[in-house]
This record gives sequence, C-alpha cells and structure tokens, in this order.
Amino acid sequence: MLSRVAENIYWMARYVERAENTARIVTVNANLLLDLPKGIAPGWRPLVDITGANLLFEEHYKDYSERNVVRFLLADERNSGSIVPALVAARENCRTIRDFVPREVWELLNEIYLFAREDLPKGMTKGGRHAYLKRVIQGAQNINGLLSGTMLHDQGYDFLHLGRFLERADMTTRIIDVRSANLLPEEATELRPFETIQWVSVLKSMTAYQAYRRSEQIRVLRGPVLRFLFQNEAFPRSVVHCIEALRTSLSKLPRNESALRVAGRLKRNLEGTEPRRLNQQQLHAFIDDLQVGIGDLHEELARTWFPPPPETQSQSQTQD
Amino acid sequence: MSIDWNAYPSEGFYDELVAGNGHRAIAGLLADLEALGPEELVSRQEAADVSIKEMGITFTVYSEEGGAIDRTWPFDIIPRIIAQSEWERVDAGLRQRVQALNLFIDDLYHDQKVIKDGVFPAEVLAKSVNFRPQCIGVDPPLGIWAHICGSDLVRDADGTLYVLEDNLRVPSGVSYMLENRLVTKRVLPELFEHYAPLPVDDYPSELFDTLAALSPRPADYPAVVVLTPGIYNSAYFEHSYLAQQMGCELVEGRDLFVDKDDCVYMRTVDGLARVDVVYRRIDDLFLDPEAFLPDSALGVPGLMRAWKAGNVALANAPGAGVADDKVVYAFVPELIRYYLDADPIIPNVPTYRCMEPDALAYTLENMERMVVKPANESGGYGMLVGPASTKAEREHFAELIKKDPRNYIAQPALKLSTVPTIIGKKLEPRHVDLRPFILSADRQQVTMGGLTRVAMRKGSLVVNSSQGGGSKDTWIVPEPPQADE
Repeated sequence: MLSRVAENIYWMARYVERAENTARIVTVNANLLLDLPKGIAPGWRPLVDITGANLLFEEHYKDYSERNVVRFLLADERNSGSIVPALVAARENCRTIRDFVPREVWELLNEIYLFAREDLPKGMTKGGRHAYLKRVIQGAQNINGLLSGTMLHDQGYDFLHLGRFLERADMTTRIIDVRSANLLPEEATELRPFETIQWVSVLKSMTAYQAYRRSEQIRVLRGPVLRFLFQNEAFPRSVVHCIEALRTSLSKLPRNESALRVAGRLKRNLEGTEPRRLNQQQLHAFIDDLQVGIGDLHEELARTWFPPPPETQSQSQTQD
Repeated sequence: MSIDWNAYPSEGFYDELVAGNGHRAIAGLLADLEALGPEELVSRQEAADVSIKEMGITFTVYSEEGGAIDRTWPFDIIPRIIAQSEWERVDAGLRQRVQALNLFIDDLYHDQKVIKDGVFPAEVLAKSVNFRPQCIGVDPPLGIWAHICGSDLVRDADGTLYVLEDNLRVPSGVSYMLENRLVTKRVLPELFEHYAPLPVDDYPSELFDTLAALSPRPADYPAVVVLTPGIYNSAYFEHSYLAQQMGCELVEGRDLFVDKDDCVYMRTVDGLARVDVVYRRIDDLFLDPEAFLPDSALGVPGLMRAWKAGNVALANAPGAGVADDKVVYAFVPELIRYYLDADPIIPNVPTYRCMEPDALAYTLENMERMVVKPANESGGYGMLVGPASTKAEREHFAELIKKDPRNYIAQPALKLSTVPTIIGKKLEPRHVDLRPFILSADRQQVTMGGLTRVAMRKGSLVVNSSQGGGSKDTWIVPEPPQADE
C-alpha cells in the first residue's frame, strides 16, 4: 500500500481514538465531581493536565472553570485533543483515503462529525453533556467495530491498529499519571472514604471498572488498580495490551526490525517494573519513561513507512 | 390533495415528463407521483438531502475569496426518463462519434491526412491550445487517445436531441450519476418496482476493464492507479470514489516516481512498486514538469518519458484534448463522414464557425438570438448568452470575435427541455442536459443514460454545478408504459 495512505490511516485511527478518550475523561470527571465533597473536589484542571495542553489553555482562558475546560476539550480548534477538531482531522484523513476505507466507515465518521459539530451547543450544557459525550464514544466504538468487521485485514489494518493502540497507550499512561497524583491531599485520613471513589473514577475513565471487578476480584485499591491498568494483558485499554497489539501489527509489516526493537524496549520496561510498589514520585518517573518510549515508537514508524516530508522528498528524488 | 399537472407551466418547451395538458408516453410515472402527493414528495426530497449529507457526497467549489468549500451535492428526486428505444440510437451515435474523434486525434499526431485532404483547416490546428507537439509520433496502446469521453446532450423544443459538446480531457460527473441512483433507490423504492430502470452500477468495472486493456504488461495483473491533484480539487470526491469502486490506489503526484529505467513506480510501505496504467485526473500541463510546466508540483517528473517509451499507459492520453475544442466540435459531422464514411447518427447543434466569413457576418447580425462560445473554456465561463445579454455585452463580444474569429463559434440559443423539479413545496419545470460517458479501449461502452444536470434557477440554462446547478437520476426504461389518454 502507498506510504501516504498508511500515514493517513494511522492518523485517522489516532484522532478517532483521541476524540473517544477525551469524551471519556470529561464524562467521568463530571460524575466524579458529583460524588466528592465541594471543598476537596479537584475541579476541572486535571483534565487539561491529562492532555498536557496547559500552556495553550492558559494562553486563551482566564481560569480552569468548568465552562472553560469543557469548551477547551469539546470544541477549541486550537486544541488537537479537543473532540470536534479531532473528528475534523479524522474526517479529513479519511477523506483523503476514501478509496481505501469501506464507504460505511466514511459515512459513519461523517455522521459523527456532523453530530459533534451541530449538537455542540447541547454538549456544552450540563444537562445535554452526558448524552452528547456518550454518542461520541459510541460513534468511535462503532467505527472501530465497522472497521474490524468490514475492512480488509491487510497492511492498512495494521496501520490502523498502530494508530489506535499508540494513542490509547499514550492516553492510559496520562490518565494514570494525573489521576493518581493530586486528586486528594495525602494523609488526610478523614478523606479515606473518598479514596475508593478516586480509583473507581480512574477505572471508569477507561470503562475498566467492571473488567477490574471480574479480573481482580478484590476491592478497588491503588496497587491492584495500577497493576491492572499497566499489566493486565486481557484488558483492551491496559498499557501492556496496547503494546502487545502494536507488536503484533508491527510483526506483520515489512522492514520492521528497528520498530520492533523500540516496541520491545517498551515492553521490557513495563514488565520489569512492579507499579504498585512505586511511590508517587517513582510512578511519575516510570510513566515519563513510557511516554518517551511511545514517542520514540511514533518516530520510528514515521521514519520507516511514512512518506518523507516534502523538502527532503524532492532532495531524495534528485539523489536517486 | 393531488398534483395539478394542468397548472404546470411547460408551454413553449419540451418537457421530458409532462406534455402540455396531456401526458407523454411515461404517463404512469405522473400518476405514481400524484399518488404519493406533494407532502410526501417533499418529505422524500428531505430524506434524500439528509442521505446525501450523511453519505458525504460533495463537490468542492471555490469562493471568490479563494477558499475552497466542500458542498453537498444538490440533487432532485424526480427522475428524468428516457425510453430504451431512443437510448439505443443515442448509444450508437455516441460510439460513432468517439470512434471518429479517436481516429482524428491519432491522425493529427501522425500524418495529418485530414488536413492534407482539405477536410480540416490547418489554421485551426495551428491555433489549437490543446494540441501537444510533445505527442507527435506517439503510438498509444490500441491507437486510442480518448478512453473516457463525456459528451453533453441537449433536447430542443421540437424534441430533437443534439450533441452540445464533447469533453475529452478529464470529464467528470460519473460518480454523481452512480450516487444519484443509490439515493433514488433509497427514497423512491416503490417507483423502481414499476419502471425497472436499467442498472448503471457496472460503470466502475467497465472502467477498470477499459484501463486494464491498456496495460503494457498484459501478462501480469495490471497495476492501475487513479492520479488526482488532491483533496482541494473540485472533483476529488469523484477521484476517490472511482478508485474505491475499482479497488485501485488513489495516488497524488508525490506518490509516484519515474526511475532511470523509464518505468513508473509508486512509493509503498513495501518499497517501490511498478505502475502500469494511470487514469489521470490532472490536466496535461500539470502532468509532468519535465515536459510541460516546470513549476508544477502536482505531476510526476518523467511521466511523459515513461509514456512515450510505452512503459505506462495514460488515460486519457496526453494531447487528447485537442479534440476538446469547440471549433473542432463544429467539424465532427465532417470528421464522421471522412473517417467512417457514414452519416452522423446524432446531430450537432447547428453551429456557426466564426472563422468562416458568412458565419461571422451572420453571427454578428444575430447576436441577441445566439450563444457565443470561446473555443477552449469549460464550466460555462466566458460565453455570451444572447437572449440574456445587454447591448454593451454584445458589443464587447463582437469586438472579441472580430479580433480572433477562429476562437469563437456561435449557436442559436436552444430551448432546453425541462423536467419537473421540486422547488419549495411544488413542482416546477427546470432545464436539463445530459452527460453520458463513453469508454473506449479494445471495445466501446456507453453508460446506461448518464448524468442529468439541472439548472435550479428559474429560467436559467446554466446547469454546471460550479454555477449552482443540480442533478437528477436518469432512467432508461425498457418498455415505456403507454399513454393513458
């Protein structure tokens, strides 16, 4: 398949995944805030922290109020993690490869994009938000389902997986990083009852609560939750599952040696660590390492399979 | 409530569906539309609009500020109907026409017998803007240059069908013909049961076979690609649609590469892969910066080299546009007689070639009754529609024509036929034309019908989508139900 098409599929998958993840964290945060006492509720800032877009946010907004953060995450076109712009980008990527993806996928993506844009005013209200976000999440899931059920499982499908699982691994590590950190002030024993709620909300950001219950059969505690989210191979949003999926797709592609090496390093790093034994600071450093690895893997994919950037392309043409 | 066909104002025009106070041959359809009733028709039209929006059927228009907008394809659900017996004649006429045009193009790039024999004037060729000296002496596969031709047909007040022009460069619209059918099936399924219009959706496989027949490596499974200028081109929807339907790669110039062996390759995940046939949707001048415009970034350096070496087939062949000239159009009846020794089956619109003194004098005297067209514009630009023009416009055009008579033709302003169209909440007549597509390689194939374009504004004759035109599904029906009166 064409290098350019591979790159477009990869980005389409990343943007769809991104829109879904953003919808998830906003939904869960809204629910969490309803459960926590006013005084200690962490508010909306952690969501911007998760996306790592604080600088951009602070350039354009006075404070981390609910309205500002929700607008920033749903619709701000300067923020590529924002739902509507992510869907715009996914649609644009899909448009350039319409010949390649099944037409039902294009139609569905187009439909979700139109919905996200046209129903945005409803999504911005407290009352309409839940239904809006739910439909975005379901839309993304439908797209994934349609793709797996109708698209040829060929190289294009491998690039689709690479995009989806790289984005998802990235998001899972970010959610854990932010959500495990500053949610509750440490050593405030009177807040114990709320600690469970905190970890439940981490699980719920990834629709992992039920899966955790079934798989761990233990009450919700920091250690087991971290182990589950990093290392449970059967849970489709755990970091190790994402990395395994990346490795499977990579193993089917030509010229994959160095990308597989980078992915292998990521996996060894993950397996050689017991996240539940890490204190907050060590956990943060560990996540940083994973994030660097994820970034390296993206670089390696681009170098190996995607078209060279325009300037170097014309150079290489004259060298040939 | 029913539809009042007597109030339908079709006097003076040939309506494809409604004739005066009576009913034409396809009366049954009128009855069925009546049975649905106006409210239901409007709601079906709305369902079609939603469908088109969700299916992402679009075309790109350029606003005057220079930005590109992806617009939803304007579509009217009332189909335009043609009897199969009439279509068979049109089909034969179109094949004949394109066959003659291909022989003509091949002749122009070789011996130019048509000029030596005094049938086609040398001075017309000398001033042709689409003649490509780079193509002289080239022998494309099967001797065919225009593999895909879109000819525009119009019907005048007396019911005669004429060819209005032939598009041999990169004619577009066929994807909308296919999508229109799909949408009509969704919103008017009951009518399909009664009329059984002949199917159109084999076009992509016919197109693939046409392209594959040109492959320089016939023994292998040919690698066919569709070459697009990219997503900002107004026909991008169509490019991706056709690639998808044929299962081919949709490539941009930067995806292709001509190596030292004069073969074309595409950059793939596995490395370079050889390309055999390029269905190019880029104009000649942007195809290859080595041969044409050096600054163009759209094309592929060396593509012409590969084509001349016979290592890749290009469809349409470069230079085929020489016949896409309105002055050449005016000679097609002579060309048919010259190359095929036959009379044209479908007539041209009577055409005055301004290069001929009598024709020039007649044109200048009758400008308010004529449509004057420059030889090489498309999309409805740069022409004078006499009946709708001001005196100043006519004077301006008279100067233009006198300065360069070879560049102009004039035709009597036709009363294009109409089809009932949903406007607001009722049916009004709107003018239509028809663009069938003719494929030529080892054999010829004509689409079953074509793309019917509609001038959506009242009284307007301009059907181009870039000028706000819409479209309709076109039905070729096997047995026209008899008139009920």
